[in-house]
Amino acid sequence: MRILTVIIVVTLACCSCLVSAQQATLIRNATIHTMLETAPQQNSDVLIRAGRIVAIGSGLDVDAQTRVIEAEGRHLTPGLFAGITQLGLVEVSAEQDTSDAAFASNSMRPEFSILPAYNPASALIDITRSEGLTWTLLGAASSGGQDAGMGALIAGQGVSLDLGGAMTLPDTGPSVLFVNLGGRAAELSGQSRAAQFMLLEQAMREAQSSGRQLANEPRLLTVTGREVLATFIADGRWMVQVDRASDILQTLAWAKRHDLDIVIVGGAEAWRVAAPLASAEVPVMLDPLTNLPGDFDQLGARLDNAARLHQAGVTLAFSAAGMDSHNARKVRQLAGVAVAHGLPWHSALLALTRNPAQLLGYTQQPGTLSKGGPATMVLWHGDPLDVTGYAEQVWIDGETQQRPSRQQLLLQRYLPQNPPRARQFLH
Amino acid sequence: MLPGVSFGADSDAGFAAEDSYPSTYQPAASEPLLLRNATVLTGTGARLEAADVAIRNGRIEAVGVDLPNPDGHTEVDASGRWITPGIIDIHSHLGVYPSPGTASHADGNEITAPATPGVWAEHGVWPQDPGFTAARAGGVTAMLVLPGSANLFGGRGVVLKNVPAVSYQAMKFPAAPHSLKMACGENPKRVYGSKGQAPMTRMGNLAGYRSQWIKAQQYLQSWEDYHNSDDEDAKPPQRDLAMETLAGVLRGDILVQMHCYRADEMITILDLAEEFNYRVTAFHHAVEAYKIADELAAENVCAAMWADWWGFKMEAYDGIQENIALVDRAEHSCAVVHSDSAEGIQRLNQEAAKAMARGNRAGLDISAAEAIRWITLNAAQAMGIATETGSLEPGKAADVVIWNQHPFSVYALADQVYIDGALMHDRNDPQLQAVSDFMLGQPAAGE
Repeated sequence: MRILTVIIVVTLACCSCLVSAQQATLIRNATIHTMLETAPQQNSDVLIRAGRIVAIGSGLDVDAQTRVIEAEGRHLTPGLFAGITQLGLVEVSAEQDTSDAAFASNSMRPEFSILPAYNPASALIDITRSEGLTWTLLGAASSGGQDAGMGALIAGQGVSLDLGGAMTLPDTGPSVLFVNLGGRAAELSGQSRAAQFMLLEQAMREAQSSGRQLANEPRLLTVTGREVLATFIADGRWMVQVDRASDILQTLAWAKRHDLDIVIVGGAEAWRVAAPLASAEVPVMLDPLTNLPGDFDQLGARLDNAARLHQAGVTLAFSAAGMDSHNARKVRQLAGVAVAHGLPWHSALLALTRNPAQLLGYTQQPGTLSKGGPATMVLWHGDPLDVTGYAEQVWIDGETQQRPSRQQLLLQRYLPQNPPRARQFLH
Repeated sequence: MLPGVSFGADSDAGFAAEDSYPSTYQPAASEPLLLRNATVLTGTGARLEAADVAIRNGRIEAVGVDLPNPDGHTEVDASGRWITPGIIDIHSHLGVYPSPGTASHADGNEITAPATPGVWAEHGVWPQDPGFTAARAGGVTAMLVLPGSANLFGGRGVVLKNVPAVSYQAMKFPAAPHSLKMACGENPKRVYGSKGQAPMTRMGNLAGYRSQWIKAQQYLQSWEDYHNSDDEDAKPPQRDLAMETLAGVLRGDILVQMHCYRADEMITILDLAEEFNYRVTAFHHAVEAYKIADELAAENVCAAMWADWWGFKMEAYDGIQENIALVDRAEHSCAVVHSDSAEGIQRLNQEAAKAMARGNRAGLDISAAEAIRWITLNAAQAMGIATETGSLEPGKAADVVIWNQHPFSVYALADQVYIDGALMHDRNDPQLQAVSDFMLGQPAAGE
């Protein structure tokens, strides 16, 4: 009987999507993390209508048409950041035809953008969003190995977007440029990491030179590539994937030389250079679970990397190593583990909300809850950073999930015991 | 000594050959302990409040409330803390795919032929893998280190005590049975099919298993004929490392750990086992085990699973987070949570917690006392060491973890980790945190 109830609840939850976006919804008596104050607002209400937050406060009055959800003190947060992923770019990692994740190019192509491959109907989108993750930064990756060549040093452009799932061309944040440095990228740069900076400098020089100046030069970039790189040099965000402390210092020096706006991605040894990162005001997007020396660039990996960087005043965001997309939902656990190893809880939540939104310049999803802002938020069962907590309701621009995920459907099919007919009739 | 090992490749050792490369493990020195006033999850399904655990001579002496202390056990205040059995990982590649993952360290997959049952994972284990230390900090006291899954028959796995050591023999779990790692599905057919070799298909996988088992039956018969012969001049058959492993399985001395994702393939493998009259001990990864939970329980086969991995290949496409809970629901089931990961092994408590929470969300009503079995007693059972460890029962090894809070919280940390009653890790005492040789002088030591 209990099993039956669960199925009905799941079905009802789906029906709630039929509620018109124009109808107001009040979430009453929640613990609201606006991420604009250091402490949550206890016993507070949020009123949403037409995709926006109309009001936040205690004891909000509503009319009879307003749908009311009793939160009973549960946590309400902005929709969480899924990290750098390939959501919508990959279905089954090992099946090449379903994966647009990595660009194998023999030449440096900063004009490569991953966005045209994005598929909002991907099964991964529903699955990820149902876990309370409402937006991501699509990562541009280069495939290493013999085919890639030095071009993959600059892996191309990614963008941040909401995981709304509507079959429309997505609204995105500004494009960011991915750069790979360090030991793993050595094969992309003539087997020496020293050449990485030489090649970057050469490409940047090219981007800022006229065709005539380059007439007799060997070139790294296409004409379009030069134009794109020039815009990033002038005013763009560079996501630099690098782990080793000495490489991070070189990266900081390079960024300072050119006055570049950079984010360190990975940063396994970032804690060793926390002070220079802080004084350069360079944020770090890291995976708090990286504590083993996976390679020689990560010999200094520690579980308190996040706590130490925070202590030094470095702005943090979280992202699972390797652009994990199928299990992007694990990013909440990453944040919880960072807390277990010394990061304040609120700072961990910031690293999944406001911090990544700010450092990516993503105004569509500011990672905060405020009057007039988008109603992109999550009502949680339990602690949003704990492994036993889970997203109970997820709104993106005021809309709840349109359809159950494949995984929810599989559960509904295999949860009943001794079905009278083959389970394939259950759908 | 395991049953039925009195003959085989030579007159003294069986095909399991547990006398070769023998364990030299010795428990570290320990004192009688009385861990006081904790919430205790026994691993047998019980939860005791304000309970004590008494340890003597490296064994569990008693578990209960207000235990007397007549002969002066050293008392450890565990008030407000939690005690569980030592965590056990049934699927690890620590040591054979160690950190750092340099090419010269890749010793876990003998990708030279689809059937390599003659190789042993223990011969590839690097005891200085920093992953062992990290796993110990996560409460892991024992693990099964397996070869990889490139081959239909990948070789033998080894059960290790998670103690710091210079040789793997000094970690080797005494008297633990050997395991044979086998693999279903995509990996073998991809690895060999892409070279234009067999197996290229799942058909080829099955033909590959069957032809080897037929050979193994003949090999076993030749030894039985030899031992049963009245002819004093009879010559023993030629030893064959690969066949020794397979014959050990057919004799029931060696367990079978079967990498298999899809429900239909697991059913086919059960038919294969019936055809050649051996037992599959556990299906590993078992992403679709929830589709055949009742069948697995009826066959007395364990399923070792991830809490949430899915989708990285076709055979993992139907992974759901309720898999473990649904497998556990069947009566007489044996659900196990495994890591297959140097990161995951450090937090198996969290993996179990995730699986429990998803099961409860689906209405399955699973308690922490039950769920802890997935990473303790059930794992021990599927590794053939359940009489020795896996639960806090008098007489068993004192493999014990004291957690600073509920172990199913993401914020929980293992305060103390005891192996055979000896304190092998203490979170608050750097002197009691082993550092592998490799990590000496490396930057991770901190500043």
